[in-house]
Amino acid sequence: MSADQLRRALVRISHEILEQNERPVAIVGLHSRGVELARRISDLISSIEGVEPDFGTLDPRLYRDDSDSASIKPVVPSEITFPVDDRAVVLVDDVLYTGRTIRAALDAIRDFGRPSSIQLAVLVDRGHRELPIRADYVGKNVPTARGEDVRVMLEEVDGTDGVTLLRQSEAIAYGGGQG
Amino acid sequence: MARTRAATTTPERLRGQSGNTENETTQASPVAHRKPGEARPNQPPMFGGLSGSRRNVLDLDDFSKEEIEHILQSADGMNEVLSRDVRKTPTLRGKTILTLFFENSTRTRVSFEQAGKVLGADVINVSASASSVSKGESLLNTVRTLEAMKIDVLVMRHPHSGAPYYVASKIDAAVVNAGDGTHAHPTQSLLDLYTMRRHLGDIVGKKVTIIGDLHFSRVARSDVWGLRKMGAEVTVCGPPTLLPYGLRPGTEQADSAAFTGINVVDRVEEALEGADVVMALRIQQERQDSGNLPDLREYSKLYGINADRLALASPGALLMHPGPMNEGIEISSEVAHGAQAVIEEQVSNGVAIRMAVLYMLCARSRGGE
Repeated sequence: MSADQLRRALVRISHEILEQNERPVAIVGLHSRGVELARRISDLISSIEGVEPDFGTLDPRLYRDDSDSASIKPVVPSEITFPVDDRAVVLVDDVLYTGRTIRAALDAIRDFGRPSSIQLAVLVDRGHRELPIRADYVGKNVPTARGEDVRVMLEEVDGTDGVTLLRQSEAIAYGGGQG
Repeated sequence: MARTRAATTTPERLRGQSGNTENETTQASPVAHRKPGEARPNQPPMFGGLSGSRRNVLDLDDFSKEEIEHILQSADGMNEVLSRDVRKTPTLRGKTILTLFFENSTRTRVSFEQAGKVLGADVINVSASASSVSKGESLLNTVRTLEAMKIDVLVMRHPHSGAPYYVASKIDAAVVNAGDGTHAHPTQSLLDLYTMRRHLGDIVGKKVTIIGDLHFSRVARSDVWGLRKMGAEVTVCGPPTLLPYGLRPGTEQADSAAFTGINVVDRVEEALEGADVVMALRIQQERQDSGNLPDLREYSKLYGINADRLALASPGALLMHPGPMNEGIEISSEVAHGAQAVIEEQVSNGVAIRMAVLYMLCARSRGGE
């Protein structure tokens, strides 16, 4: 996925979010790359509609039921400064894989209030779900094998935009990958 | 006059001294009060300097800079949880934390209890005075009995230096040292580092002056480890009789490699000059029966931190104290509650730091290695 394709996918997702929601939504990015994607979607929505949506960040790590990567990265503060009660909240993440991160995020957001609905936007859906979770807005469906890894690179973090599929051997060398 | 001590002790020599030959990969950790031949708990080497394989938190001497950094960063996330309306996460659900205190404590014990409970763990508190310890049960039997009831983390305070090391080598549960004798108090050091960082940003090159009873202070010992690892400049000042062996005039360095590379200053005014952080230590009256400190009034006059002395430090310098304070002895009431004091914030940050520490230890044991 090239930088242009990535940008167009986000533009489309932003339009879809507006189309599906009559009332203003709140955009919440999941750490770490989901936050950058959420910020872009939020910017796109405000440039389309002229109104800036509420924006927040969430680190669901404290709510995970597996700790494969739990302690590798430090816990980051979540920032949700607006009331989420009776709001439509759109969670944004880079890759949807097992669904466990999203399950944790659903629990996490509940500690901030009771949204009227929670929707999910992801840049890449790579399949292999382990939980009954699906995305409402998908940038691109990428069929993968379990041993492979999807690497999302963003200007803000990695200096460049794009999505690459790492084959098994490359995935091990890269050492990343979580759902 | 300032004397700077250079590191003269080699790791090899220290290892030899401590009789630790079973695990050569363990970083040499000179512990002034560890008994000769006493085994160190078998801590595996860190995985890439990150947590994930750490079993116990006994002192900061075997922490890497990256590992300390990791805990300090996580504490930010934990502080955010503490600032919520609903202070509860399911992170450590089903985990049991036991605090076992053989010495009196309010803030440390409550801090650990709060940290565990906010993260969803069950916390059981045992104080030695109200337990079978008072019936004469040995330390080992006490902790083995408690462990048999399925606990995941043992938070322990003991009047004897090294006691948590002994316990950690005998049980499977993770052990957190909440203060052992005059040796170490690692979570206090972490919360001190964290508090400094929140106010000063990076603490590399910052001048931290520690004043008071360094001989009996486990807080100072762990603080020096943490501060030196994070790159701060450390100056200590106190009555010569209350300096640790190795820093007193005329004693050899060898016993106290924890104190290498720090400045020892005789006059408190000189020690305070240009300090970014002033830390007053508690005069521990329960440890002062050996006659090292003849008179509290004299101590207060010569070393007590008051407004005049605090004015010698950098403008806006932080005033810290590990608590509980003896107001009017090591610190005047005026400055203890003044604008520069961050003493209460230290207590709040303690909860966040202990959450980060418990999370690190429990995430490991949950991860199914």
